[in-house]
Amino acid sequence: MNNGALVRLIDVHKVYHTGEMEVPAVRGVSLEIKRGEFVALMGASGSGKSTLMNILGCLDRPSSGSYFLNDADVSGLDRDRLADIRNRKIGFVFQNFNLLPRTSARENAELPLVYSTQRLSHAQLREKADGVLASVGLTGRGDHYPSQLSGGQQQRVAIARALINEPEILLADEPTGNLDSRTSVEIMAIFQQLNERGITIIMVTHEQDIAAYARRNINMRDGLILDDHVVSKRTNAATQIQNLSVNPTLVEPI
Amino acid sequence: MRVAPTFNVALRALRRNKMRSVLTALGIIIGVGAVIAMVGIGNGAKAQVEAQIASLGENVILIFSGSTTSSGIRTGWGGAGTLKIEDAEAIRREVPGVIGVSEEVVSTTQVAAGNQNWFTRIFGESADYFDIRQWPLADGVPFTPQDVRSANKVCVIGRTTATQIYGNENPIGQILRIKNVPFTITGVLTPKGLSPQGVDQDDIVVMPYTSAMKRVIGGTTLRNINVQIGDPGQIPAAQQQIISLLRQRHNIRPGRDDDFTVRTQQEIAETATATSRVMTVLLGAIAGVSLLVGGIGIMNIMLVSVTERTREIGVRMAVGARGNDILTQFLIEAVTLSSVGGIIGIVCGIGASSVLSIYAHWPTLISVASIAIAFLFSAAVGVFFGFYPARKAAALDPIEALRYE
Repeated sequence: MNNGALVRLIDVHKVYHTGEMEVPAVRGVSLEIKRGEFVALMGASGSGKSTLMNILGCLDRPSSGSYFLNDADVSGLDRDRLADIRNRKIGFVFQNFNLLPRTSARENAELPLVYSTQRLSHAQLREKADGVLASVGLTGRGDHYPSQLSGGQQQRVAIARALINEPEILLADEPTGNLDSRTSVEIMAIFQQLNERGITIIMVTHEQDIAAYARRNINMRDGLILDDHVVSKRTNAATQIQNLSVNPTLVEPI
Repeated sequence: MRVAPTFNVALRALRRNKMRSVLTALGIIIGVGAVIAMVGIGNGAKAQVEAQIASLGENVILIFSGSTTSSGIRTGWGGAGTLKIEDAEAIRREVPGVIGVSEEVVSTTQVAAGNQNWFTRIFGESADYFDIRQWPLADGVPFTPQDVRSANKVCVIGRTTATQIYGNENPIGQILRIKNVPFTITGVLTPKGLSPQGVDQDDIVVMPYTSAMKRVIGGTTLRNINVQIGDPGQIPAAQQQIISLLRQRHNIRPGRDDDFTVRTQQEIAETATATSRVMTVLLGAIAGVSLLVGGIGIMNIMLVSVTERTREIGVRMAVGARGNDILTQFLIEAVTLSSVGGIIGIVCGIGASSVLSIYAHWPTLISVASIAIAFLFSAAVGVFFGFYPARKAAALDPIEALRYE
C-alpha cells in the first residue's frame, strides 16, 4: 500500500441533500499528494474545491470513495476520531483568520495543545507557543490581542496555531483573501519557507498569481479535477519582497 | 477527558465577559440568598416555638374547661366553666404518676402601687406551678401550699410587671393593689420572653388560685388544670385515666362528648411546630422560585453565548476539540456561574438573616445542612440549565460553525 503518498483520495464523491434535491459537490476525485508538496487547489465557486478541502481537512466525510491519510483510511471515522486526526495531523489557516477574540496571540497559538493528548506544563506551553510565533516572525507579540494586530499579523498567529502540533498537512483556505497584496506576498513567503522545511501545504485559492507560489496546481470544475500540473514558472515570494523594498511601486497597486 | 485545560478555557471565557457573568450570577445570588434567608427565618421561628413549648414545662398534661369538639355550642378552651377545684384534687389523688397539679384561673386587670399602675394578667395557680412550668424565681420566694390553703394575699410578679411598676426598685416586700386588695410581693420570676403566640410571658402576676378566685376574679370554676407526670412513659396512660376520671365525675354518658379538653405538651408542640414547618416550606418555596428564575437566566445567557461564539466553537472543533470537550466547556461555564453565585448567595443570605435578627429581632437559624443543600442545589441548577445550551454547542457541525457570520 505504501507508495509514499501522504494523501490519497480514491474516487471520492460528496453529495449534499437539500430537502428532496441531491446536490453533487464532488463527483469522483482521485488524487495523490506526497509529503513535502505545496499544492494550490483552484476553481471557481461551486467547483467543489471547498468541499474537497473540508474532506481533506477531516471536517467532513466523503459520501463514497476512500481517503487515506498516512496510509490510514479516515473516510469512515466518527466525529471524535476525526477531531483527533485534525488535532494531530492537520493545521488549518482560514481566510478570516478565525482567532479567538480577546485572547492573546500566545493563547490563540496554544489552542490545539488544549485538545492534544500530550500533557504539557504551563511553562512548556508558553515556550512552544513563543517558538512557533517566532517562526512566523512574531517574536515578542505573544501578549498582543488580535484587535491590536494587523491582518497580516493575525494571519501569522493563525499559521503559528496551525503549526504548533507539528501537523502532517497545513491546509489553507484562501489565506490571502482578506489581505492586501504586500501582506499576501509576506504570507506566501512564510508558506514557501515552511514548505522548504518539509511541511506539506494544500492551499485553496481562486487567484492565479497566488497559486503561482505553489509547486503544483490542481484546477477543479463541476466537482471534477479539470487539470493537474506542476507550476513551471514559480513565483518566489522572498525575492519579490527584496525587489519591493528596492522599488516599492512594483506590486503596489491592487 | 481533558478537564483541567477545559476548565481554564471556561474560566477565561467567563472572565472575558465580566459584566455579563456577574449579572447572570446575580440571578443565582438572589435566589440562593433568598432561600438561605427565608429558610433561616422559618427555622428560627420553629426553633423558637420549640423552645417556648419546652418552657411550658416537662411532661405536662393540660386539661381545659369546655370542649373544642362539642356537638352543640362550640366554646373555646377554658370557655365553659366545667372544671372544679374538686376535679383537680381528684386527679391529684387518683391518677398514678402525677407529681404536680396546678389549678389555674386567669384574668386581666389593672394593678397599682404608689402612683404607678399597669394593666396585666393575673394567674391563679397552686404552689406546684413553678415546678411544673420550670419557672424559677429570680429573686425572693414563691408562695407556699399554706398560702394557697389560706388564700393569703401574696403574689410573685414577672419581670415586665416589676419594671413597669417599680422601675429599678426592688419590688419584694412591697404592696401591690389588685382590685383594691393589697397583695404582698414575695418574689420576681426569671424572664421567659415571648410565648409562641407573641405574648410577653413576663407581663404577669402569679398568686394562689384560691386568693385569685376569692379576692380578684370571683367564680368557682377553673380555666384549666396543669398536671405534671413524673415518667414520660406514663403520660398516655395518665391522659386516658384523667379523661375517664373526669367523664365519671362530670356524669357524661358513653357516646356523649367530653366537656373538657385534654392536651399533652407533645401534642401542642407538634401542632405549633407543624405550623412553623409549613411556614418554612412556603418561604423556601417562594425563594426557590427566584432560584429557578436565576437558573433560566443562566440558560438564556448560555444560549446567547453559544450563538455568539459559534465561530469560536468551529475553530475549537477544527483544531481538534471533540463534542465532549465543547460540552464540558459550556457546562463548566454554567456550573461555575451558578456555584460561584451560590456561594456569594449563601454569604448574602447569612448576612440578610443576621440583619433581620439584629434589627427586626426576628429569630433566625441557619443550619449547615441548609447551606450545603443550597450550594448543591445551585450547582445542580447550573448543570440542569447549562446542559441544553452545552449540548447544542457540542452538536454543531464544524464546517457550518466556521462559516457562521
